Amino acid sequence: MPINFPKKPGLVIYLTAGDPNLATTRDIALAAIDNGADVIELGVPFSDPLADGPVIQRASERAVAKGTRLADVLGVAKELRKARPQAGLILFSYLNPVVRMGMKAFSAKAAEAGADGVLLTDMIVEEAGEYLDAMHANKLAPVFLAAPTSPDERLKAIAENSQGFVYAISRTGITGTQSHLTGDAGDVVTRLKKFTKLPIAVGFGISNAEHVRAVGEFADAAVVGSAIVQLIEKTAPQDAAAAAGKFVAGLRG
Amino acid sequence: MVSPAGPVRSAVGRFGVYGGRYVPETLMAALEELEAAYNQAKDDAAFQAELADLLHNYCGRPTPLYFAKRLSEQLGGAKIYLKREDLLHTGAHKINNALGQGLLARRMGKQRIIAETGAGQHGVATATVCALLGMECVVYMGEEDMRRQELNVYRMRLLGAEVRGVSAGSATLKDAISEAMRDWVTNVRTTFYILGSALGAHPYPTMVRDFHRVISKEAKQQLMEQEGKLPTAIVACVGGGSNAIGAFYEFLNDTNVQLIGVEAGGRGPKLGDHAARFAKDGGGIPGVLQGTYSYVLQDDAGQIALTHSVSAGLDYASVGPEHAMLHDSGRATYTSATDDEALKAVVTLARTEGILPALESAHAVAEAIKLAPTMRKTDVLMVNLSGRGDKDMRILSKELHVSGASVEAKG
Repeated sequence: MPINFPKKPGLVIYLTAGDPNLATTRDIALAAIDNGADVIELGVPFSDPLADGPVIQRASERAVAKGTRLADVLGVAKELRKARPQAGLILFSYLNPVVRMGMKAFSAKAAEAGADGVLLTDMIVEEAGEYLDAMHANKLAPVFLAAPTSPDERLKAIAENSQGFVYAISRTGITGTQSHLTGDAGDVVTRLKKFTKLPIAVGFGISNAEHVRAVGEFADAAVVGSAIVQLIEKTAPQDAAAAAGKFVAGLRG
Repeated sequence: MVSPAGPVRSAVGRFGVYGGRYVPETLMAALEELEAAYNQAKDDAAFQAELADLLHNYCGRPTPLYFAKRLSEQLGGAKIYLKREDLLHTGAHKINNALGQGLLARRMGKQRIIAETGAGQHGVATATVCALLGMECVVYMGEEDMRRQELNVYRMRLLGAEVRGVSAGSATLKDAISEAMRDWVTNVRTTFYILGSALGAHPYPTMVRDFHRVISKEAKQQLMEQEGKLPTAIVACVGGGSNAIGAFYEFLNDTNVQLIGVEAGGRGPKLGDHAARFAKDGGGIPGVLQGTYSYVLQDDAGQIALTHSVSAGLDYASVGPEHAMLHDSGRATYTSATDDEALKAVVTLARTEGILPALESAHAVAEAIKLAPTMRKTDVLMVNLSGRGDKDMRILSKELHVSGASVEAKG
């Protein structure tokens, strides 16, 4: 499984697949990898993304309006795996598109496409039996979210059931950029480290090199999502890959 | 019957395979705290006594069970009884649950309340309870629903609530719930989310049902007093399904009592034109929306479908998970009434009994109008009249041309 973070801090880049279109998503992901992203989180657009802020909501809406389906996102994953075998590749989704395809069918197809792991935003560990079975059967890494509000016993279960890395949410709230990181992130990472040796990536609100550097002081990797999705929104499709590459290079300071 | 694609079922908060908890991790601690607090309150005599006292003296319970003689005679079949939840304070059954959850929030020491609302009845009930208990109140409402139900928006503001319009998606109930959940995820440490139907993640479907159980508890006793027997059938409209589960619950073990839920048939059977989650070939398939596993109107890629109903309160793409179980087991049956049938039912009830039902409740009345003539004179049909129609006057005046004795559709 090529999920590793050779340079500290590691860099995970989230993209909403199909925004502005599937080919451009692929090109943006390639540019991100070539400019320092260790892992790409390929987001399956969903009509009702309740954990996301306005930026990713709009991206999802655009991608859904273009008819982007889970099957299409798996196609992009396959192309990325072929083109950049060294980068980590995580499929990121809300549950319903996955449930609609069928957990087993989805997992088999994700493995076939070459994904390393899966993150389901609205899947908590207590409900995850069938999901975990499907992940294990297909040698995919289940990545769970850990929140500042999660008590230690939940963090333990989250850490024990995750593979690849654990995604620690930096603060309560929805995705989106902010100017300052709160103290919640350090606390949740410190508590998680009692339970796992897996790398810990911190996300939500991380938008620039300064944030990435700050995260590197207490965690293994930073996840950048809304900031790059916003950049893509503002940039003409033909320029999006170049702009994204430059942005990602800049995150490394 | 059940989709083999369903996620794995834990034992917690399940109705058959439905229900569960499918939420962002940030909310889990809050849901566990809520569940523990609710379980304690449920068994606390002082909590139950205060709730019962307010339901009686503030809300007006028990609500009457009214024999609709003229309607029954006109339809020529079963004796029709109306359970008058429309006579409750704030005009709908919603106050039962808003009050229960409001008292629970106070008990948990939460001072900030959020809620979502479709037709506005739950928002009004929540704003009322917050005023009563001296709490801060924010209500999320789709902008389309704000237009359709502007009287209720005004009522909420008058009661001191902040109404926040939601423009995302279809700007209706589903989008208001998403926005309320975003608020809750952000302010989870200080905020109590008073969810308005028997929906969402555990423990909400159970808790909301428990607060509405009083409807069937009273009805059962009233029917025994007035008819000396249980009803042949009970009819209730089903949006999220809170009034229906409240009206059904105490009769679940009385297997001779038919339970009939009525969904919004909207403009017709095409996906996007209705909210009939249980309709055959209607696009309702088990899936996960907003925290629970239940029937969801969706396309074949798992994107949630838009819905339509003339009544803002039935306009939801999913349905309470307990109804999904009752549907699959056959214990309850689910049918639908179209916009036109509901509008006609408003007029029929108004002109036979002098009662203006909410457009939501009119869907149940429409089913009774179809069903009663097929039944025997000795049969008893109870309709849960979940709310009153004051809030719908603007829609009715837009949809119906009334002149003296004649009423015509305008469309």
